[in-house]
Amino acid sequence: MASTSLHGASVGDRIFRLATTAFALSIPLLLVLLAIDVAAAAWPALKTFGVAFLTSSRWDAVDGVFGAAPAIYGTIVSSVLALLIATPLAVGVAIFLSEFAPAWLRQPVAFLVDLLAAIPSVVYGLWGIFVLVPFLRERVMPLLADRLHLGGTPLFSGPAYGPSMLAAAVILAIMVLPYISSVTREVLMAVPRSQREAALALGATRWEMIWGAVLPYASSGVLGSIILGLGRALGETMAVTMVIGNRHEISSSLFAPGYTMASLIANEFSEATNDLHLSALMAVGAVLLAITLVVNVLARWLVWRVQRQGQA
Amino acid sequence: MTAAVTMDLEAGTAPGGGVTGTGALTVENFSFWYGPTQALFDISIDLDPQAVTALIGPSGCGKSTFIRSINRMHDLLPGARGAGRILLDGEDVLDRGLDVVHLRQRVGMVFQRSNPFPKSIYDNVAWGPRLNRRPSRRELDDVVEHALRRAALWDEVKDRLRENATGLSGGQQQRLCIARALANEPEVLLLDEPCSALDPIATQRIEELLWELKKDLTIVIVTHNLQQAARVSDRTAFFYLGRLVEHGPTDQLFTAPREERTEAYITGRFG
Ligand SMILES: Nc1ncnc2c1ncn2[C@@H]1O[C@H](COP(=O)(O)OP(=O)(O)OP(=O)(O)O)[C@@H](O)[C@H]1O
Ligand SMILES: [Mg+2]
Repeated sequence: MASTSLHGASVGDRIFRLATTAFALSIPLLLVLLAIDVAAAAWPALKTFGVAFLTSSRWDAVDGVFGAAPAIYGTIVSSVLALLIATPLAVGVAIFLSEFAPAWLRQPVAFLVDLLAAIPSVVYGLWGIFVLVPFLRERVMPLLADRLHLGGTPLFSGPAYGPSMLAAAVILAIMVLPYISSVTREVLMAVPRSQREAALALGATRWEMIWGAVLPYASSGVLGSIILGLGRALGETMAVTMVIGNRHEISSSLFAPGYTMASLIANEFSEATNDLHLSALMAVGAVLLAITLVVNVLARWLVWRVQRQGQA
Repeated sequence: MTAAVTMDLEAGTAPGGGVTGTGALTVENFSFWYGPTQALFDISIDLDPQAVTALIGPSGCGKSTFIRSINRMHDLLPGARGAGRILLDGEDVLDRGLDVVHLRQRVGMVFQRSNPFPKSIYDNVAWGPRLNRRPSRRELDDVVEHALRRAALWDEVKDRLRENATGLSGGQQQRLCIARALANEPEVLLLDEPCSALDPIATQRIEELLWELKKDLTIVIVTHNLQQAARVSDRTAFFYLGRLVEHGPTDQLFTAPREERTEAYITGRFG
């Protein structure tokens, strides 16, 4: 009798396992199909221009010559710069909220920070055009270039139009801040009380406890939150398109306009006149997809390495 | 090893006229409240240097509350407050102006569940010394070795100091936590049920260790295990419902308790 019931269970088990396996496999399959589709559509352009598609700055729909280097450069620079601005702020906010804020302040402030993530991208863009860009042009750029005498350095040289790589980075920073901050806050709150008590009992001040025990314990999670922010920044389209200036040119100056891959696709797909142009846009999409995948794999690998260090 | 020895000497100087810093604790009329609820009532007891004092009593009677008052671990808890005096070598540890960081260096603590940092064995032991002074590489190596030797862990870990502490067994982790506390060269060591998560062999090692350590430390240990209290301690204090019912030499308290409640507890007649 025992054997029949065991047998029955194993049949049900097998069906169930098959079904869940199928569901589980369908997601990666979708990703693979999408990647194949994009790659196939991108192929004509990639075949025509070869490596020059990645390295050339010439993007001319009339002549049918496409090089995406400025958009690739702009995507990476604006995102990395955004993280440089956002990470200290976001981690600072998270530390304040999890370690220092009185209970009555913690909830409302955390809620407001999280709310930043709920603001539609296009609203950020509008705010960027009407508030941030003028502010950068009239206050920040003159301050950096003239008062701080950084105008001679390549990073801050040239005229201050307003729409620029800097504007894109600042707006991206504000947009990714809530993601980094809320994940970091949760990670910090998850650090066991016993770790904090261990540090305090050894004569640590509150700051020493945070620096020496809480943050190291949480480091892999904090790293994960930063990479999550990077993933967000790389793909962000609308707000960036509205403030970056959309100029297909690589400039060392952060004051100069630039382009990103997402903006390029968004701006041009509706007016792509011929097959090669469309294929070139698909190729930009393929590169964006590839970079996003690499970033995510890199992130997983980093987190895995830190975690393994934590266990080994 | 020389560095560690000189530090032993340094630790022996204390402020206050005539009193040498030996880690003598005198508790006078100490009461404690968690917000409106009083957890400890009028506790007075001397905790002697170079001796182990065991705190026993049923769950919730205030043993942890008492032991955590000695190194002011309640400081961050809103609404918690104490009254009375806890004198460490004549200095009131409850004094608002007292340097808590310095106090906690003098009074080390080991918790119920071992809580090593997820760092290397070396970095765990070096954590306190790195905070409190800026030792050279050589000094730090000596301090770490000395602390691990005192915690009877050196031979087991000397070839794997760079490995992560979370890979140690439960008993080794708890001895590592003791070594980490010892690296600060404390005068007092507080242990709150240090063996409750350990098997008998690991427990025995810690008990032997306490026997060694008490030669130069004031040791206060909370335990639920009456045999353990009888084995390791010189003096025993029995807490009940937030009051110190009775305290005295361990053999006397276990063989001839003065109070009826003490006798009931040690003979297992109430839970
Ligand atoms: N953070 C706290 N807030 C409020 N009350 C507390 C807090 N911690 C402990 N108490 C109360 O204080 C009393 C003493 O608790 P304590 O933890 O000191 O007991 P204990 O003797 O250590 O018990 P155990 O043997 O179970 O560890 C208990 O009634 C407990 O409920
Ligand atoms: Mg307790």
